[in-house]
Amino acid sequence: MPEPDPQGASLLRLAHVSKRFGGVQALDDIAFDVRPGEVLCLAGENGCGKSTLIKVISGVHRPEPGAVMEWEGRDISGLTPAEARALGIQVIWQDLALFPEMSVAENIAFERNLGARPRLVNRKAMRAEAAAVLARLDVDLPLSMPVGRLSIANRQLVAIARALVAEARLVFMDEPTASLSQRETDALIAIVHRLSAQGIAVVFVSHRLKEVLEICTRVTVLRDGRLVGTYPTAGMTQARLTELMTGASFNYAPRPEARPAAPLLELRGLTRHGEYHDIDLTVAPGEIVGLTGRLGSGRTELALSLFGMTRPDAGTILWQGQPLRMRHNRDAIRMGIAYMSEDRLSLGLVQPQSIADNTVVTVLDRVLGRLGLISPARKSALVRDWLTQLRVKIGQPTDAVSTLSGGNQQRVVLAKWLATAPKLLILDSPTVGVDVGARAGIFAIVDELARQGLAILLISDEAPEVFFNADRILHMREGRLIEEFIPARSTLAELEEAVHA
Amino acid sequence: MKGAVMTRFLSPAGRQTTPALRENMALVAVLVVLVLLFASLSDRFLTAATFLSIGYQLPELGLLTLAMLIPILSGGFNLAATFSANIAGLLLASVLIWGGGAAAGPVVLVAAILAALAGGALIGWVLGVVVARTGAHPILASLAMMIFLRGLGEFLTRGGSVSGFPPALLWLGQGQVAGVPVPLIVFGFCAILWAVILNRTRLGFSIYQLGSNLEATRYSGVDTRRALTMVYVLSGLMCAVAGIIMAARFNSVRVGHGEAYLLITVLACFLGRVDPFGGFGRVMPVVLALVILQVIGSGLNLIGTNQHLATALWGAILIAVMVARHLWGRWAAR
Repeated sequence: MPEPDPQGASLLRLAHVSKRFGGVQALDDIAFDVRPGEVLCLAGENGCGKSTLIKVISGVHRPEPGAVMEWEGRDISGLTPAEARALGIQVIWQDLALFPEMSVAENIAFERNLGARPRLVNRKAMRAEAAAVLARLDVDLPLSMPVGRLSIANRQLVAIARALVAEARLVFMDEPTASLSQRETDALIAIVHRLSAQGIAVVFVSHRLKEVLEICTRVTVLRDGRLVGTYPTAGMTQARLTELMTGASFNYAPRPEARPAAPLLELRGLTRHGEYHDIDLTVAPGEIVGLTGRLGSGRTELALSLFGMTRPDAGTILWQGQPLRMRHNRDAIRMGIAYMSEDRLSLGLVQPQSIADNTVVTVLDRVLGRLGLISPARKSALVRDWLTQLRVKIGQPTDAVSTLSGGNQQRVVLAKWLATAPKLLILDSPTVGVDVGARAGIFAIVDELARQGLAILLISDEAPEVFFNADRILHMREGRLIEEFIPARSTLAELEEAVHA
Repeated sequence: MKGAVMTRFLSPAGRQTTPALRENMALVAVLVVLVLLFASLSDRFLTAATFLSIGYQLPELGLLTLAMLIPILSGGFNLAATFSANIAGLLLASVLIWGGGAAAGPVVLVAAILAALAGGALIGWVLGVVVARTGAHPILASLAMMIFLRGLGEFLTRGGSVSGFPPALLWLGQGQVAGVPVPLIVFGFCAILWAVILNRTRLGFSIYQLGSNLEATRYSGVDTRRALTMVYVLSGLMCAVAGIIMAARFNSVRVGHGEAYLLITVLACFLGRVDPFGGFGRVMPVVLALVILQVIGSGLNLIGTNQHLATALWGAILIAVMVARHLWGRWAAR
């Protein structure tokens, strides 16, 4: 285990940090250090202890006795959240914690105003401050627009701007690029470098290994609450990093070229004004069609129309050769169309409710017993059946689904839709917030489903994901399909270049 | 997996499905303590008379609480509950009076009860359609409905009361079967019916889901509009039952009767561990909470406490419960 430099060169130094929750050892003897102005990555699968570690550093959790915590060589054990902020430790959580009703300017300047002595709200100063920090980020956001009306990507930028405005010296970013486009990511990376040049340290938590290797100088890897090690990124490869994080190795290769079959779904000139235009597309049984393009290219909007949530203005949907009109998603489900939403937290699952209930919600009519009442026995049999088939790791079926890791939640979503015996499965960004190891598991399931004859429409803005998992890839931009790729006949670099051009 | 277990420890109490048994046991323990306390304070507490007085008083508040429970589970509210009960009572009374008042026969009585139930269901349906279709906040929609019903009722009755009902109806409010008050039997039946609807029907299942997250439930293929409409239809029906029992117990219908119960129904739901934001809560703990409130009321009455003080004590106990649950939640999260 590489021991960090002992003599005060670190901005933050931790040693022997452990944390238990009841019987669970969340952190076990962690050593961790951040140098001033460094860009460090904290990598590891969901549940490896990253969040707990960040919460210890930001004063939310107190570590077990015996822990060493130093800030510029000074002992800071017993830190409270307010003290952590005063030191300049800022955390941008993935859920952002913004105020959706308040304006962009108010959100950005909020923390600063909290810290100040009681004074009148100076709107002009707040706007100026917000505008200045947004300019540093090289983004242009309407300052008076409520944050709730911004895209997820722009909300993320507001959260980043808010941390910058609070004179941070050490910024933790939890999956900051998960929903940013390439250009926005590039802008963020540029900002991270500028912060670093000014002596502000940034700790990146990201699943995008490529990005991690690009922007960080060192990477600290956790697995199962233990420190695997801290490594320089020079000479590190994605494959090696994945191995360190998961303790297993994976091989990637594009799918062999598929044999043509009669389409299950065919779109002809499908249009919904302002969302997508003139879409021609086919998906055949057993085929995985990738649909990629940047955020806002109309991918999700198209998927929602195929799931009956919105109605196209023009064009035809042919289902097994017959025109299909849907009034709502119940019509779609009846036809055998399933949609796994990109927004697992608020649309994919009813997070506070139980794993069991989330699994059977789509197939309630199949768990009815005498008198048309729900049969607990049938229900638990169906739940057990699907959870075993998809190898979902759970405690109890009665636990809230929110207690599961991203990967296991996504398996529950798959279970609830596979239970409806669909013919077409639409997967909208199925690996958002899912670890590398769990991603491979999900795509193994998807591959198996395609072999069983399911038609699959795979939507993702991550080029490698569609490249290695789809038979054909359609590239969407500004609501139109502009080109088609066959992975077996092209390279990942070509696809990435086309998408990010 | 570790993350999973951790979040379970960290999630605030009440936002998860605690085992039903433990949740009931805590309330039963509180009840036992209260009964022992009052029994030691007054030798008249552990008597049939106390049981009967509770048995007659509990159902009114109890039925209205059931009417409030389902909207709260769906993430909503029904502020029109008490006036819906009054209007249903008025429908009952007008059919009975049209059919001969105190001399009305059994056919008229059945017709009157059916009219009251239909009226309650209709009020609920209108409210449900408004909430489900327009997305209006249930508090505002039901508040508007409450004001409408109050005005309508006071207009129709000129602010007075309607009375003169046949003995068969009065039996519903004042009779006994094998020593058990009839209203208590009606309440017990309704509570069981509610438990079956909530735990064992597709509608009940959907109510819990949409109470936690309406959009995610809709995305799962549940007809959330229909389910949300049915929430208020059921609520309206239960209001009508409450209205019928109130009319039978007092042999009169007055608009405004039971108005004071409105907010107590909400507190009874809360004491019964129903999540005020929807999605979680069961019938049994709510019933236990009602019994606890009634035992406190009757017990204080017996030891000669002023009735207003008893009401104040209800409030104080609920505040204490809130604080205790908060402390418990914090302790569990450490």
